[in-house]
Amino acid sequence: MTHLKAINRKAGRVVCYLDDREKNNDVVALQQPPHFPIGCSLVFSPGWEADRTGGTAGLCQPVERDIFDCHIGCFWPAHVPDHLNHAHDWTAKCASAQKDWRKLELVFP
Amino acid sequence: MITLAPREFHMFNGGGREFLYLVPSAAIFALDEATAAVLHVVIDASRSEDDIVRTLADRFDPSTTKTAITELLQVRAMGYEQQPEERPARVLPMTPFPLTTMVLNVTNQCNLACTYCYEYGEDKIVDTEHGKQSKFMSEATARDSVEFLLKESGRVAHLTFFGGETLLNFPVLRSTIAYARQRAAEVGKDIDFSLTTNATLLRPEIIEFLAENRVGVTISIDGPRDLQDKFRVFHNGAGSYDVVAPKIKELLHRHRTRPIGARVTLTSDTLDITRIYRHLTEEIGFWEVGFAPVTTTPNQKYAIGERGFDRMLDQFRGLAQEFLENVVVNRHHGFSNVKDTIEEIHKGVSKAYPCGAGLGLLGVSTDGDVALCHRFAGSDAHKLGSVREGIDRAAQDTFLQQHHIADKTDCSRCWARPLCSGGCYHEAHVRYGTTRRPNLHYCEWIRGWTDTCLQIYGELSERNPAFLARFDVEEASAEAVL
Repeated sequence: MTHLKAINRKAGRVVCYLDDREKNNDVVALQQPPHFPIGCSLVFSPGWEADRTGGTAGLCQPVERDIFDCHIGCFWPAHVPDHLNHAHDWTAKCASAQKDWRKLELVFP
Repeated sequence: MITLAPREFHMFNGGGREFLYLVPSAAIFALDEATAAVLHVVIDASRSEDDIVRTLADRFDPSTTKTAITELLQVRAMGYEQQPEERPARVLPMTPFPLTTMVLNVTNQCNLACTYCYEYGEDKIVDTEHGKQSKFMSEATARDSVEFLLKESGRVAHLTFFGGETLLNFPVLRSTIAYARQRAAEVGKDIDFSLTTNATLLRPEIIEFLAENRVGVTISIDGPRDLQDKFRVFHNGAGSYDVVAPKIKELLHRHRTRPIGARVTLTSDTLDITRIYRHLTEEIGFWEVGFAPVTTTPNQKYAIGERGFDRMLDQFRGLAQEFLENVVVNRHHGFSNVKDTIEEIHKGVSKAYPCGAGLGLLGVSTDGDVALCHRFAGSDAHKLGSVREGIDRAAQDTFLQQHHIADKTDCSRCWARPLCSGGCYHEAHVRYGTTRRPNLHYCEWIRGWTDTCLQIYGELSERNPAFLARFDVEEASAEAVL
């Protein structure tokens, strides 16, 4: 710290914590503020979330629809509807993901 | 565009320097010119980092502004507007929590009839006249209480005697101290003793006993004769000043083993704080004087209203300034309100609960019921077990669940909450009928007073940091015997 000077004991502990984090080579790449996970969540990607147990029941979107983002924007191979052969109109009703994500239909092979 | 916005803090000045009190961490940092400038820019309106650098380009080079921004982000004085603010988790204290202080109400009777008294006045919680409780604590109950304290405490236990008028039951007090000393030695714990009294019953042999046994004494007194006799009267209406003043002087003369403090109740009629302070320290000779506003419903004539709180704050500020000028040159000053708050500020206390009631502190009624604190002793609604059956853990858990600062939505945006945490449960109970409500009637006063203490603290950190370091030494020695 060059600009801020810790005055009380709690501030001293904050500085210790920050120093310690630096010294111990904490992984910071993904923590650089603003902290967004890299990848799909850079864009609006409904259903990406999981609850604190890792489950998806009761979330805003069923897990089956969690593939929307993989379908378009992601470099990572994933199971998505084959929009060239079988499901070419899968996103037809979804002009804007923010507004229309509920209109994405389930696709069965 | 990603923009930077201020997070929760309170900025204050002390000794010509700008400081930051961070909320809820309660950390205090001194700002330099660059960090102060950056904060003033984002307080004005949230800006992108580049925008801040450009705005301050004529005062600081870009790398200076950028490191200032980084540091402010690291300590969470600022954050990214688009990123949700992190709220601290609602963590309940681990139980069983060691009991530090037990307040023993050795009697619920009093030989004075102070008209503002919370125990006997209109706002009373427990019927001490016709209720189920015994009027005096028996020796057996006192001994059971000592066993309870020694069982529930850590290495150090504080036993405080309270009333009613404590000294009305001096025989039990005396035998309990002897018993507690012996039992503490047997179980290998340290114990110390204190009491609060109105001083009317002090006599040479009692004073001798208190001095010999190193019993800490707090005297309830409201100031010079005209102020003391307004409320602190005998049952026949006669004032108590002339009775207590010589006794207190004798106590102060003889009892030198512990510092003796005065505790003043302030009302709308007795807000002459500076005069009270001068009288009690210079003329009577108290080492420390602490002030607290009377606990009452707002419709009592003596209740302190908004203007009264302003008057109180003005005088508190005057005394706090005087405190500062004294401790800067290492001279003692006995205004304990400022010293206590500064100690909490120094440690960076950030409270989930306003005080230790129901956790590290418990009150015991004359028949051995355990309650939140001495002010609730004997109240069935605030009972947390009994000295014989132990702490009712389920009741304690419910209490902790219901009173956490995270649930006081009124407090959620207040910068003073790390220190105040909603204020006294008893005060809230009298005002609003529930311990769960924060004391919204004195928020402005709390913020004003906290700000004053922060300023004094900031200035002290510049002018006499060694004074503040004493709090660390005191605590280190206290911890050594924990």
